[in-house]
Amino acid sequence: MKATHIIIGLLLIWFIPTQAAIIELKPGNSIQEAINQAAEGDTLKILPGIYLEHEIIIRKPLTLIGVDYPTIDAMDKGNVIIVAAENVHIEGLRIIRTGKSNLDDSAGIKFFDSKNCTIINNRLEQTFFGLHFSNSSNLTIKNNTLISVAEREFQTGNGIHLWKCKDSFIENNFIQGHRDGIYLEFVTNTESNHNMVLENKRYGLHFMFSHENSYYKNTFKRNGAGVAVMYTRNVIMKENIFEENWGASAYGILLKDITDSEVIGNIFRKNTIGIYMEGSSRTIFKRNEFNQNGWAIKLMASCDQNTFEANNFLGNTFDISTNGSVVLNTLTKNYWDKYEGYDLNKDRIGDIPYRPINLFSVIVEKIPSAVILWRSFLVTLLDRMEKVIPSITPENMIDHSPKMNPYDFRTANS
Amino acid sequence: MFKLLKYSLLDIVKSRFALLYTVFLILVAISIYQVSEDMSKVSLSLLNIMLMMVPLIAAIFATTHFFNNLEFTELMLAQPVKRRDVFLSQILAVIVVLSLAIIIGFGVPMILWGADVTVLTLLGIGIGLSIIFAGLAFMASVLTRDKAKAIGISLSFWIYFSLVYDGFVLYLIYSLSDYPLEKTTLGLVFFNPVDLGRIIMLMQLDISALMGYTGAFFQQFFGSAKGILLSSAMMLIWMLWPMGVAMRVFRKKDF
Amino acid sequence: MISVQQIHKKFGKLEVLKDFNLEFEAGNSYALMGPNGSGKTTLIKIILGMVIPNSGDVLVQGEAIKGNYAYRSKIGYMPQIGRYPENIKIGQLFSMMQDIRPEIKSYDMELVNDFGLNEMLDKPMHTLSGGTRQKVSAALAFMFQPDILILDEPTAGLDPIAVELLKTKIKKEREKGKLIIITSHILSELEELTNHAIYIFEGDVFFNDTVESLKEITGENRFSTAIARLMEWSLKKNTIKTELSHV
Repeated sequence: MKATHIIIGLLLIWFIPTQAAIIELKPGNSIQEAINQAAEGDTLKILPGIYLEHEIIIRKPLTLIGVDYPTIDAMDKGNVIIVAAENVHIEGLRIIRTGKSNLDDSAGIKFFDSKNCTIINNRLEQTFFGLHFSNSSNLTIKNNTLISVAEREFQTGNGIHLWKCKDSFIENNFIQGHRDGIYLEFVTNTESNHNMVLENKRYGLHFMFSHENSYYKNTFKRNGAGVAVMYTRNVIMKENIFEENWGASAYGILLKDITDSEVIGNIFRKNTIGIYMEGSSRTIFKRNEFNQNGWAIKLMASCDQNTFEANNFLGNTFDISTNGSVVLNTLTKNYWDKYEGYDLNKDRIGDIPYRPINLFSVIVEKIPSAVILWRSFLVTLLDRMEKVIPSITPENMIDHSPKMNPYDFRTANS
Repeated sequence: MFKLLKYSLLDIVKSRFALLYTVFLILVAISIYQVSEDMSKVSLSLLNIMLMMVPLIAAIFATTHFFNNLEFTELMLAQPVKRRDVFLSQILAVIVVLSLAIIIGFGVPMILWGADVTVLTLLGIGIGLSIIFAGLAFMASVLTRDKAKAIGISLSFWIYFSLVYDGFVLYLIYSLSDYPLEKTTLGLVFFNPVDLGRIIMLMQLDISALMGYTGAFFQQFFGSAKGILLSSAMMLIWMLWPMGVAMRVFRKKDF
Repeated sequence: MISVQQIHKKFGKLEVLKDFNLEFEAGNSYALMGPNGSGKTTLIKIILGMVIPNSGDVLVQGEAIKGNYAYRSKIGYMPQIGRYPENIKIGQLFSMMQDIRPEIKSYDMELVNDFGLNEMLDKPMHTLSGGTRQKVSAALAFMFQPDILILDEPTAGLDPIAVELLKTKIKKEREKGKLIIITSHILSELEELTNHAIYIFEGDVFFNDTVESLKEITGENRFSTAIARLMEWSLKKNTIKTELSHV
């Protein structure tokens, strides 16, 4: 009898803390100490105030919850929180002023070899890297705000950085002013949805060797060079907005060695180059809207077997330009606002084919400064002549069934 | 001067030209609005009218008007008025009529079917180019005594600025393509009022492509209001100098 | 009243007036004559400020005209061919001319009424015949009661009745002591209207004196033959260098 009591008592002692003890921290308390003392699965409730700490290490399952965004200020020294554990949940913290070193890639929160972690509703300011994950999986990164105020590219790291990760969600984050907004390398089976990524110094989204990923409804705006996706297959990009990526080498998307992917229902608006493609093949572009871009698409001759179908081209300076003459891609049923053909049989498809490459874009491709003469009478004249007697522009870059009216994607997509 | 201008205007407004020009512009505007469904297409179609037709008509009309009105000008010179005022009343009357034709000709259809900033800018450029080419035409007129010759010179100005000059620039860019010529080309544009008007429009219609220019200078020039301000200022200079030269010559001219 | 002082004018290489001096006195009416291209139109235009001399100046009532424009309100000028803005009406033209001279309040409308222009004030200029335009020009020249009248072929194109009306008007103004300068090819008219003859030849004043002394010097009784004699002499100008004058 006594023995059983003791056993039950021992079990109670054993169990109660594991059933999530809640430990409250006030400013002045050490978060690291609290973590060290906490049992696995405990919750640390961090009350509002300023905590001057850095290199906070978490090696066991824990929940950190900030009340009214308590500030953890690393005062420009190293990483703020380092996690190497499973089931870590971090929510509602304000993390500021990491170190600014490229040597250790100082980050707001850094994860190594972790699993099943969630990072929700945090605010990261003046961090070098924001959220940095290596070799981890099943992550949920949601509703975080990451703002860097660096003035130059080398003064800041990436906003959300994943290296060798898989099976994760990156959702509804706001990322501004970093080097790359979202950086993914060797990341598979991951979804990025509804993120707002703007004014990052280099790329809004940058991924390499990251197969089987999808990107839905993100907005990439005014990033130094737009979005770069490279050396990847089976990517799905749907209903994203690529906007106002302006500059000498700025793209809505840069596609380099991308194969078997889908780019559907996106909006490319006011980019210097909407899509820049090289070495890419078997990718489908459908129902995208290209609006007021300098070049809607720059298709390098190294691309083949891509299909551009049912896209809207509106108010772009140049619709398509290319550097080669043999281009083995398919253009069909697109709407081109520069199309001047007619539709006698009233099937809403123009009766004469449309050549989206005009002479002057070939000239500008060779001599960029010639763009200053665009829309002059002389250039209009040259283009007219080229339309009548094509001599320089690629013969097989042609849409045989141009639409007479633009598609209405707004109703089609909803 | 305003008295003189008042009567010059009274005369010119009732002329057949003013009416025909306005009707012509109205018809052009209506047909553009009928064919194009959105504003960006409207501005593209208007662009060619504004950059080509408007300067041509301004140049020819101003020259013809100067010579048709020569006797009246002489009569006015025998009156107790300043030569400067006689000159200004003549050229301003021409400018006012050309501008009114544009404002009414395009303004009425715009009120009916709507306009945006780009289209309004185009109107401004049309008026600016009318002033510039009226100035150039008056300059050609006061420098020669012969109407046919003056029309010839005015036409040459037009062909030069809307075609030959760009050909020259394109040739320069092409033959010197190994050198960084961005600043030079941009600079050259400032010496051609038609190109200036065109660049102001490019900054609205094709800003995305212009931002592809390398160099901080261009990012700043095209990316901020600076470019538009500078081009407009240059255009203002273009409005003033031919008129100024013409006036100087006029003040010393024998009639 | 008008003093032309050492005027020199070249059109390109052509010397039109060479070191040209001339005085016009109030109360006289001058017949300004000379063959075509002799420089009389240029002289009138210089006085009116329409042509600017290479050197020399003109004084009108003691004031230099260089850079000056107000003096023109003292001159009534009737051009050889009056051209006006096509689309404005006679009435508007009159009020424009009146607007230009705000300091003048009372207008001499005698010719306007005599020519019947007051009943045509609503007619646009382009509907008018050449003669009617001439009437408008004449009416305008006299409208502001100027001290000086410069009339370039005043009767050309006018019907006989209008010619008589105009002549009467000119005489009337002469009586008032005004300075009148007339060019004309109709010598009888000049004889009737002027008391002083100026003959210009090749940019120089060849003759400048009263009509009486003209007749006296030439020994002719009739004005027209006197002028014919003058022309003969002028062709031999190279031999007679000096300016012919009674003085």
